Amino acid sequence: MNIEESVLKNDERIVFRLRALYRAYGYTQYKMSKFEEYDLYARNKDFLVSDNVITFTDTNGKLMALKPDVTLSIIKNSKDEGGVQKVYYGENVYRISGGSRAYREIMQTGLECIGDIDDYAITEVLTLAVKSLARISPDYVLDISHLDIVSAVIDGLGVDDETRAALLSAVGEKNLHGITELAEAAGVPTQKAEVLRRLVSLQGNPDRVIPSLRELVGNTPALERLARIVGALDQCGCGDKVRIDFSVINDMSYYNGIVFKGFVNGVPTGVLSGGQYDRLMRKMGKKSDAIGFAVYIDELERLCESKPRFDVDTVLLYGADADLGALSRAVGSLTEAGESVTAQRAVPEKLRYRRLMRLTESGVEILEDHA
Amino acid sequence: MLNVALPKGRLGEKVYAMFEKAGFECPSIKENNRKLIFENEAVGVRYFWVKPSDVAIYVERGAADIGVAGKDILLEYEPDVYELFDLDIGKCRMAVAAKNDFRDDPQKTLRVATKFSNIARNYYASKGRDIDIIHLNGSIEIAPILGLSDVIVDIVETGTTLKENNLSVQETIVPISARLIANKASYKFKSEPIEAILQSLSNMAKEQK
Repeated sequence: MNIEESVLKNDERIVFRLRALYRAYGYTQYKMSKFEEYDLYARNKDFLVSDNVITFTDTNGKLMALKPDVTLSIIKNSKDEGGVQKVYYGENVYRISGGSRAYREIMQTGLECIGDIDDYAITEVLTLAVKSLARISPDYVLDISHLDIVSAVIDGLGVDDETRAALLSAVGEKNLHGITELAEAAGVPTQKAEVLRRLVSLQGNPDRVIPSLRELVGNTPALERLARIVGALDQCGCGDKVRIDFSVINDMSYYNGIVFKGFVNGVPTGVLSGGQYDRLMRKMGKKSDAIGFAVYIDELERLCESKPRFDVDTVLLYGADADLGALSRAVGSLTEAGESVTAQRAVPEKLRYRRLMRLTESGVEILEDHA
Repeated sequence: MLNVALPKGRLGEKVYAMFEKAGFECPSIKENNRKLIFENEAVGVRYFWVKPSDVAIYVERGAADIGVAGKDILLEYEPDVYELFDLDIGKCRMAVAAKNDFRDDPQKTLRVATKFSNIARNYYASKGRDIDIIHLNGSIEIAPILGLSDVIVDIVETGTTLKENNLSVQETIVPISARLIANKASYKFKSEPIEAILQSLSNMAKEQK
């Protein structure tokens, strides 16, 4: 089947491109039903972007939910028997989004890699994240962080859980003055707090950041892994848009290790988000490790490549007494020539058309031509 | 072009003066007219005045790349933005105030009148106190006087209004000042001008100390 890309909306086109990309790397599509038992979400509420879920009672009395998330369903159905499962999905999810505080249907696509996650699996997922962003817009960045590095530094401050949580959110906001205040209030020595401040300030190109990181936190296994992986990304040509940025803070009760967030110019929020979520796997009673990401397609609607000048190529006017056969033939021959055409009795208001034509007894005459 | 949302009013004018000093001047902003947006193409900056409580929304949604908002607004709306710098101006505090003779009765639900529902809820949740929030949009001080609420949670600058109405501060929740915030995506794609502003603002702060 031959589909012209031009008939697709921008976000639909991106979905198709991403699907082709994930297939090329051997990911298989994961198709699921729109509903899931509510219990699954109730147990992992904090993992969801918004904890409101549309629920209804099924015919057998079970409380069901319209999927607010795909990852949990994939984990639930994953097999815990070694090897690596690689799946991608493109699904509608239902959750509260935006300022309206109302439920919306949101198109989400992404992939999950579940099983024995080694350095290659992580590199591959990051490569696909970079390539996904590149298929959305040429102007993008992928911010990568390693949660173990951040939490090691915060653990070193020896603060209570409440301060720890506040410090983490300050790290997420790049809030250096906030870190200073919190550390002072908790009686942390200035030098130790300075380590955290410098960690947050370190950002940008890995070639520049990694050596400074070594000085700051020493050669920890986490840093070595991060260095190996960004090195490999660089080798496969994905390096120049990758940045190290420790303000990428995913919920630490689910995520661990490498986490990342993708941005494209023109969209105010992150369009891609993901990371390693071994902790979530443990919570759901799975032994395997996992990494994955989601692309928020709904954010991309406004990212217009080019606005078409016309809604339709041709408006074909016909009178009340027009010959039915001649009209059908005229419309047919225009569409076969690859034009879009709307047959109308009068010119519709506010329609932008390239040509205005009229069917007369002698044939079709052109009234206006804006080409 | 760097879009900057400034809070309308005296604070915003102070902030503009700081930005001007940092090299991001825009002379047309001082002309007395009804224009909403002021641009200086030469230095690549565009300013606009918005309601102080809306600055965070403009920045979070990317209509402004950076902006200046009070910490009270950031705590109340919790926008997903970077909080890059404490400008150390517009200083005041978020406080709990009540009538001078107020005694908290822990057996009763505390009635709290406020414009800042989220801050009040978080504060009392952290103390494990059961409260009833009465959301008002202004003239909060009148609530305890008329018996609408037991206490209020509001911004206190000098405390004069409180004093004149026989009210007093019971507890300070958090000190407030103006903060420089940035949209997360803009920070990646317009890092140069944002870093430049940040740098000169922090140099200015150091000089003052």
